[in-house]
Amino acid sequence: MSVLMAVTAGVLCATGTYLVLGRQLSRVIIGIAMLGHGVNVLLVLSGGDGGDPVLVGEDVTDFADPLPQALVLTAIVITFGVISFLLALAYRSWVVTADDEVEDDVEDRRIAREAEHLLDDRGDEGAER
Amino acid sequence: MNLLLAGPVVLPLLGAALCIGAGRSRNAQRVIAVLTLTAVAVLSAVLLLRVDDEGTVAVQVGGWEAPVGITLVADRLAAIMLVLAVLMLLAVLVYAIGQPGAEEDHVGFHPVYLVLAAGVALAFLTGDLFNLFVAFEVLLMASYVLLTLGGRADQVRSGMTYVVISLLASALFLAALAFVYAATGTLNLADLSEKVAALPTGVRTGLALLLIVVFGIKSAIFPLFFWLPDSYPTAPSPVTAVFAGLLTKVGVYALLRSQTLLFPPDTRPGTLLLVVAALTMVVGVLGAVTQDDIKRILSFHIVSQIGYMVMGLGLFTVAGLAGAVIYIIHHIVVKTTLFLVAGLVEQRTGTGKLAELTGLRRLEPVLAVLFLLPALSLAGIPPFSGFVAKLALVEAGMGAEAYVVVAVSLAVSLLTLFSMSKIWSNTFWGPGPGTDSGRTLTAPRRALMVGSTGGLVALSLAIAVAAGPLYALSERAAADLMDTRGYVEEVLGR
Repeated sequence: MSVLMAVTAGVLCATGTYLVLGRQLSRVIIGIAMLGHGVNVLLVLSGGDGGDPVLVGEDVTDFADPLPQALVLTAIVITFGVISFLLALAYRSWVVTADDEVEDDVEDRRIAREAEHLLDDRGDEGAER
Repeated sequence: MNLLLAGPVVLPLLGAALCIGAGRSRNAQRVIAVLTLTAVAVLSAVLLLRVDDEGTVAVQVGGWEAPVGITLVADRLAAIMLVLAVLMLLAVLVYAIGQPGAEEDHVGFHPVYLVLAAGVALAFLTGDLFNLFVAFEVLLMASYVLLTLGGRADQVRSGMTYVVISLLASALFLAALAFVYAATGTLNLADLSEKVAALPTGVRTGLALLLIVVFGIKSAIFPLFFWLPDSYPTAPSPVTAVFAGLLTKVGVYALLRSQTLLFPPDTRPGTLLLVVAALTMVVGVLGAVTQDDIKRILSFHIVSQIGYMVMGLGLFTVAGLAGAVIYIIHHIVVKTTLFLVAGLVEQRTGTGKLAELTGLRRLEPVLAVLFLLPALSLAGIPPFSGFVAKLALVEAGMGAEAYVVVAVSLAVSLLTLFSMSKIWSNTFWGPGPGTDSGRTLTAPRRALMVGSTGGLVALSLAIAVAAGPLYALSERAAADLMDTRGYVEEVLGR
């Protein structure tokens, strides 16, 4: 039972990680959502084996640990809010750039180009000698 | 006591709600926001005095006893951080009101800014690992909105990086919470501090490392800092200033709190933290040296400075932690000031590129002074606050015989001075009448912006003047961190 859930969490996290590594914003967002779900499953699992009823009976050992469920509810709401914001941001990105790609940082590229030029210059001098 | 601890979290949220209600009138929003943050500043100052006098205080929200209920707790470190954070938020708010741009154009600025304040306060005051996660999410959500206010193409691009990295860190944090709960059955920090000690060493080390990674992403330590210099510089300058001063420091606070409170002395990853600290310092400062835009240089310096704080933590001695605390005090004030000055420079000249700037001292002598003082302080030149803080760290390092990291920290100081003088000589010194975009500010706007920046410069000078009492306070805060009994007893009500 628990193994099945653990594998589910693992597969969700792995798929999410793979999608986040892509260069398309839509994939990144779906990846983030899957990663969130995977971690939420993990959080539910932290309450122990499933199958017990919710808050029934007198003895605390009779029902499932309610705390992880409360935590996961909070986490789901937060993930929902953040994913909505991310979607809005991706839409804005599409409006201003008409593209779905994650762009490189312009400053980083410029500095890297300058560094390459420096190295090239030095390489040329070596070749002349 | 209830009001003192709950006020800093609840008041900004109430203020945010009022600000949304007053959306039609920018002036009403301004009054509400300034009054709210002033009230919180007074509350947190009273809280600091009280905590320093009587020791750690705790409140069980709703009367549910720890470890079941939500606990708010303030020890000396939390109170110090809270006072500083609120002062910075207030000063930057005044600056933002003066500056044309973000604050004026967006109805959402004030509410979101106050939510950010609430999130930061909750992160400092919470006594529960899950509430720390919630506090992080509250302040991050507010920061996403502030960072992308305006929706320009470059803001959306860098905002995207920032949001995705933050979300990955949050997912890792949740996973860490799941593991901690599965291993111990509790998430209350005080309760954990007792239960973690009973875990097998391997599990303990795993949890400690996972939390270091989580908070390391938030506080931008090596090698998890890449997002910071990309995302901070594109935001409106007041927003960058408050992020630079506060957000990474919330991460450092969480590192300090979790590593000292949760894990017993025998398995603390001291050496790992010292190595990471040295690399953070070096890589950050080298990044700063290659850049040629004021805000990007300053952003890389944030990374470099985080290394000093982690170095204080990595020593795991009272002196080391005291050095880290006083370094945080100094750094929050000085870094915020430098970003505010960078904003003023960009306002006047229309650019932040060093190559396009020259001779600004002739046009803006006041700005030159306002930049020079915190810049020298950042590099650690006596008699400024940075010197006091670095001296405390170096002494602690020598005391713990961590000579390598001390040597690295001194070398990095020299490079810091180099890149500060690079900004100085290009922007303020140099030939010519000075770069001028012709965009001058009206007198009241200028008074607000220069006034708030000047106030922070005065504060950083005051830190240097009051270094003795402040160091004594930091030492008491560090002693609290090393000896967790007071904290645990207060929270669990024994």
